[in-house]
Amino acid sequence: MEFLNYFGAVFEPVAFGLLLIGTIGGLILGATPGLSPTMAVALLIPFTFHLAPVQGLILLGAAYTSTVAGGAVSAILLKIPGAPANIATTLDGHTMAQKGEGARALQLSFLASAVGGVIGVLLLIFLTPYLAQWALAFGPSHLFWLAILGVTVIGSLDSASVVKGLLSGCIGLWLATIGFDDIMGAQRFIFHPALGGGINIIAALIGLFAIPQVITMFAKGRRPDETEVIAVQKHSIMAAVREIIRRPRALSIGTITGAIIGLIPGVGGQIAGLVAYDQAKKFSPERAKFGKGHSEGVIAAESANNAMVGPSLVPLLTLSIPGSPTAAVLLGGLLIHGIFPGTDLFDNHPDVAWTFINSMLIGQVLMCIFGLYVASLAARVAQVPQYVMAAIVLGLAVFGSYSIQSSMGDVYVMAALGIMMYFLERFGFSAAPLVLGLILGPIAEANFIQGSMIAEATTGMGSYFFGGTMNIALIAIVIASIAYSVWMELRSRRYISKEEIYG
Amino acid sequence: MSTPSLPRLQHICASGAIAAIGIWITWLSYTQEPADAFLFPRLISTVFVVLALWTFGKALLGWTKVGNGLSTVALRRLAPGLLVALVYLFWGAETLGFYTAGAIAFFLLLTLYDPAPHNEAKTWIKRAVMTAVYVAVMYALFAMLLKIYTPREIFF
Repeated sequence: MEFLNYFGAVFEPVAFGLLLIGTIGGLILGATPGLSPTMAVALLIPFTFHLAPVQGLILLGAAYTSTVAGGAVSAILLKIPGAPANIATTLDGHTMAQKGEGARALQLSFLASAVGGVIGVLLLIFLTPYLAQWALAFGPSHLFWLAILGVTVIGSLDSASVVKGLLSGCIGLWLATIGFDDIMGAQRFIFHPALGGGINIIAALIGLFAIPQVITMFAKGRRPDETEVIAVQKHSIMAAVREIIRRPRALSIGTITGAIIGLIPGVGGQIAGLVAYDQAKKFSPERAKFGKGHSEGVIAAESANNAMVGPSLVPLLTLSIPGSPTAAVLLGGLLIHGIFPGTDLFDNHPDVAWTFINSMLIGQVLMCIFGLYVASLAARVAQVPQYVMAAIVLGLAVFGSYSIQSSMGDVYVMAALGIMMYFLERFGFSAAPLVLGLILGPIAEANFIQGSMIAEATTGMGSYFFGGTMNIALIAIVIASIAYSVWMELRSRRYISKEEIYG
Repeated sequence: MSTPSLPRLQHICASGAIAAIGIWITWLSYTQEPADAFLFPRLISTVFVVLALWTFGKALLGWTKVGNGLSTVALRRLAPGLLVALVYLFWGAETLGFYTAGAIAFFLLLTLYDPAPHNEAKTWIKRAVMTAVYVAVMYALFAMLLKIYTPREIFF
């Protein structure tokens, strides 16, 4: 119950003000199609440089929480999911809005998000210290395999092609080796002076997530925006609360599914929402109503995608292995403040860790309150034309990456990686494993070198890296995740002919 | 053997380029000194090159099933915006000054992609006002709030 001691810090004026800004801003950013939670958090990082670590994290955590929930606004009112996590919400939410029940759908989505989100954060609060204690037993070889596991799981599960996902992870791991070697001080792959200090993670994150989106918006060309926001009629909030209470099945299926999926590295909110929707449909006696504007569909999808947020941070805070791209961005936010998450985070920086987690708990409640009242405003903001959004995001990316170290080198790195990622995405590569490779590369290398030294002095490389129960278990999970993804890929491909692909 | 379709050709070129980069960095990893500093890059680049060659082989055989490639329509649409962005990023920001280059790029992007007709004065005024608001907000955020000193160069 140590976390209770740090609740007061959340209510300090600056911290609470940032929590409010992050929550309201996140709701609006989340409602904007094309601005994913990961991209929103990446673009916000430069604004945390001048803040105390805990204040910066509160801002980023609040933005993460509320962008996921805010995505429901455009999913319901515009039929455009604000983020991939809100795809399942569109199925019933938009139909409800078309029937004149937009306000009801929005209220249910924010209430379900809050319930799922609070339970997810409580899971984070109670699981993290135990896992952190367990993680103390991890040696260099285990941490090396964990880093590799982080890359391979996301590479294989997050990508449509396993080979391309793993190749993206390898590109990220290689990019992480650019710069001066930590032990020998040797230059590695420094092809341009801008790369002398290695690739700055924040610049890379901004480039990899923001620039492809900007170019995608350019690729839509000069065409009028045809999206039409559906007007929201008034609906009693208390009626929505009563309806949520009357639908415990959808709410519990969504929350449990989201929390479990959140704990698995690499499986994001999109999967959580869709799996919860599917399960709620299977278990519902009113399954025929799903897809035709049934409130259970909205409740299950939204409770799942927010229940996933808290547990998705467990691997990050205990093992310093980000389980999702947004967690990777949050790791970047921690590292720039000199805070290394992992086994000793709760011993060395309990104030930072617990205040951040507590702020996410309070943030869920604030998100619900503001969501219920600013949803209509957020929907108006969501109508900002794509070309205006592209120009704004480009400007934020340039200024944000420059402000990291006041270096044009970071702007060049951001631009080069962003343009490269756009073209890679066109050919089936994914940004998430590349980012994970870039972030986990230094962790993997440091532990590989440390492990090699221990191995040479003791049992030898083979038995040190491939022996022991924990190493074998981790290697087995790496292999199993790849094998599972290959099997799933082959299974889905059986039904796709080459003509369908090439036209 | 029939001529490969455009997406297939694109996949061959893209995966060929990645494979070439993979071979190059593997060669660098194994030839650069001190060898100890390149131990981890050797490990990574070996896996990299194997996966890259695999992807290239699949593309050559026409087995690539993921990724739509680039349509000429999309390329034509994105080319002007990308050009403006590149000139802004790699030349304008450092030569003209961050805010001046940012304002010009913003205005050009609005002009290029705004579907409103270009022969009406009010649309130009709207774009100019939006650009002024954009620059004011960026200045307030980065110069005043975050106190970031950006290159001023010729203008501002």
